[in-house]
Amino acid sequence: MKIHVHTRVNGEATEFLCAPDRSLLEILRDELQLTGTKEGCSTGDCGACSVMLDGRLVCSCLVLAPEVEGRSIETIEGVAKGDQIHVLQRKFLEHAALQCGICTPGFIIAAKALLERNPDPSEEETRYWLAGNLCRCTGYDKIIHAVLDAAADLRGETR
Amino acid sequence: MSDKPKGDQPASDRKWKYIGTRPIRHDGLDKVTGRAQFGADYALPGMLWGKVLRSPHAHARIRGIDVSAALALDGVKAVITGRDFPDVASEAAEGGEGANDFGDLAMNVIAREKALYHGHAVAAVAATTAKIAEEACKRIVVDYEVLKPVLSLDAALAANAPILHESARATGHEPLPKGPSNVASRREMGRGDIAKGFSDADVVVEREFRTPMVHQGYIEPHAVLARTGQDGRSVVWCCTQGAFMVRAYSAKVLGLSTDMIKVIPTEIGGGFGGKTTVYGEPLAILLSRKAGRPVKFVMSREEVFRASGPTSGTHIRVKMGATRDGKLTAAEAVLYYEAGAFKGSPVGAAMMTVFAPYKLANVRIEGWDVVLNKPKVAAYRAPGAPMAALVVETVMDELAEKLGLDPIDLRLENAVHEGVQATYGPKFRAIGFVETLRAAKSHPHYKAPLGVNQGRGVACGFWFNAGMSSSANVSINEDGSAVVVTGNPDIGGSRASLALMAAEELGIPVENVRPVVADTEAIGYTDLTGGSRVTFATGMAVIEAARDVVRQLRARAAQIWSVELDAVAWEDGRALLLSEAPGVHEPLSLAQLAGRAAQTGGPLVGRAALNARGAGPGFATHLCDVEVDRETGAVTVLRYTAVQDAGKAIHPSYVEGQYQGGVAQGIGWALNEEYIFDENGAMENAGFLDYRMPVASDLPMIDTVIVEVPNPMHPYGVRGVGETPIVPPLAAVANAVQRAARVKLSELPISPPRLLEAIDRAV
Repeated sequence: MKIHVHTRVNGEATEFLCAPDRSLLEILRDELQLTGTKEGCSTGDCGACSVMLDGRLVCSCLVLAPEVEGRSIETIEGVAKGDQIHVLQRKFLEHAALQCGICTPGFIIAAKALLERNPDPSEEETRYWLAGNLCRCTGYDKIIHAVLDAAADLRGETR
Repeated sequence: MSDKPKGDQPASDRKWKYIGTRPIRHDGLDKVTGRAQFGADYALPGMLWGKVLRSPHAHARIRGIDVSAALALDGVKAVITGRDFPDVASEAAEGGEGANDFGDLAMNVIAREKALYHGHAVAAVAATTAKIAEEACKRIVVDYEVLKPVLSLDAALAANAPILHESARATGHEPLPKGPSNVASRREMGRGDIAKGFSDADVVVEREFRTPMVHQGYIEPHAVLARTGQDGRSVVWCCTQGAFMVRAYSAKVLGLSTDMIKVIPTEIGGGFGGKTTVYGEPLAILLSRKAGRPVKFVMSREEVFRASGPTSGTHIRVKMGATRDGKLTAAEAVLYYEAGAFKGSPVGAAMMTVFAPYKLANVRIEGWDVVLNKPKVAAYRAPGAPMAALVVETVMDELAEKLGLDPIDLRLENAVHEGVQATYGPKFRAIGFVETLRAAKSHPHYKAPLGVNQGRGVACGFWFNAGMSSSANVSINEDGSAVVVTGNPDIGGSRASLALMAAEELGIPVENVRPVVADTEAIGYTDLTGGSRVTFATGMAVIEAARDVVRQLRARAAQIWSVELDAVAWEDGRALLLSEAPGVHEPLSLAQLAGRAAQTGGPLVGRAALNARGAGPGFATHLCDVEVDRETGAVTVLRYTAVQDAGKAIHPSYVEGQYQGGVAQGIGWALNEEYIFDENGAMENAGFLDYRMPVASDLPMIDTVIVEVPNPMHPYGVRGVGETPIVPPLAAVANAVQRAARVKLSELPISPPRLLEAIDRAV
């Protein structure tokens, strides 16, 4: 039995058919070809599959696909607007805050959620907010700098 | 100006235009927008999903496998077992990292007579959906004779231990076990007279440590997509540190010739040595041949833990002696390394690195490579060195305390420098060890005050770094921009560093250089991304290829001006007529020469293929401050500074990133990470929740100091930087904890219960 699900992905009306036990992550990647959302563990521990669901940060591997009926999803593919990349994306590039880059989409989604909630986070708040996202390459140093710098930029300050 | 490129002057005297700047990496935009395609991101029409059936026993004889019920399932297109693979003879596998044997590799890819660890592949299925493939695996009936597993070094070496490989015999130096044993090898090395050395010592310190298996922990699980045509030729997309390695290893395991397999490396989501061998690749190729359709395999995180290669658990004893004024007189180390189910732990590298930072006349080192029923280890960043450094550096710390010396001063007294014969053989050329010690000593971190229950640890580390084979093409586009093609998957920003080197030679902005990672049929043979070799060796190839094309550009200008080649110089991206040459000509820019390429002889393509010699050894000194909670045993890392010699930092941000990343992995290894096995040999913590890698809130900012003592063997002075950063942190953390809590440690990880025990013992 497959369920017909209607949702919005990055602002666009989208529908798909899925078995009831499929995760949102599987649908995004395998059905909708939105492979920017990554799979690192499928147990909600690494944050590589972070997306926004009705404005809330979630691990898409822990959301059943039928749950998104009538709801709105934002993935990494929706973060840049046209030819304008988001300030977080720019700061990640400027600060060399990625090495292999597999965790980067999840970090950008999670950091964006943080800055929407708290435009002036402390280093400690940033570290705790991002504690659900694993990065094995960078030691987090440059990621934290990039996020704090992006926050300052969004507040109109220069760090 | 002679034909000799200007880069041949000593690297330290050269004025750099682009080297040492921090441009945005060329692949960065794709990686921050989600467009970059990693291993699991590829799909093909008609694609099947592969799934591996794995042994539920750590040690078992396989009496038979019945796949009929799986094959009967609707949607199942192919099933394979060990019987579908050729027998592969024992032969040393080149081109990887660490010790591999093709015979063992083939049996690690899929079990034959015996399953040798919990998670060992026994069969594989390709089906129209992942779910059907999973269901098919459940229907495969394997007749196991369960054997007693061997799960620790002590158990493996015990007199009546069950034997993993009945026909294998220990190799190396006598005394060796007679007959079957779990000892793969026992080797000795050394020099001088250690008995005399220890009798000359005023202080002797001996320590031992046990460290558990730990995993590289790359965030991207292994993934492969294979397609095979009616002609038997396969195309493989996979996330690997070496496309040529995957081609060679898969061909060997499948009994195919190299030209039957083309490997297209995808973006790679971390490897740290863990992606320097094959697991699912040969399975996917064979399934795609059998099914006649593309097959995709993606490991689950649990499979990554259970069935890919972590690094060795160890048991190491180190004894060192020193005179009252701090001169080392003798050193002895005995190292036992777990190889996992097949021979080939990194104990050899451990033996060579263990005392490498110090001037020692009297040394004895003994190393054991031991097999047991755990996953076969794979390379992990400076394979074998961090655990050995842990013990040596804690001994050094205790010596310093006993002698009343500053720990950095003790190391400075004994530090190797240019001209010293390394304990592992060669004489060091220019190295920057002493410089890292001095930089650490003068760093504000070293003088910062410490509070109650806080301690500061110092530790040093060494890694050889590798050279090996690389190819590069540099071609000039019609408008004067350039393309750099190499064969090394970019794991941490190497595209940017290679483009910077081409930009420097060509004299054009790095943004006008496009770096490309090519597949196995689009570039000459290239060894894998590992051994900290890419910026050094492939960089050397890029520099040579760029100089080749610059020579061509000068020749075209000489042709246009009707002068000798020697009359034309190349500066700032332009051909210039030397002033002493006859006639007057305006300089010709790269764009002008590129525009006239067809009229002056055709396309401008530089190439180089080399086996890079003279990788410069990397040394580091780390400082770590911790605070210990004496009630809970929890350790907080308060401050960390990593000082390391990079030779020449091509893109300093990515050099710093290597230092910081290695430190974070080392802190995890020291404080949290370990494989925990139950009594049957099943890993109990095969997930990121229970295998606890550092998260952002566990760590402070990690300060870095880049020391630059140019490697005389590289045109720009580059030495590898990727691996050395993980060597000191285990000891830096342990030394800091020991000083903060006034305890003696003998085991990693320094988890809260273990530290509480040590605190209880000490009071």
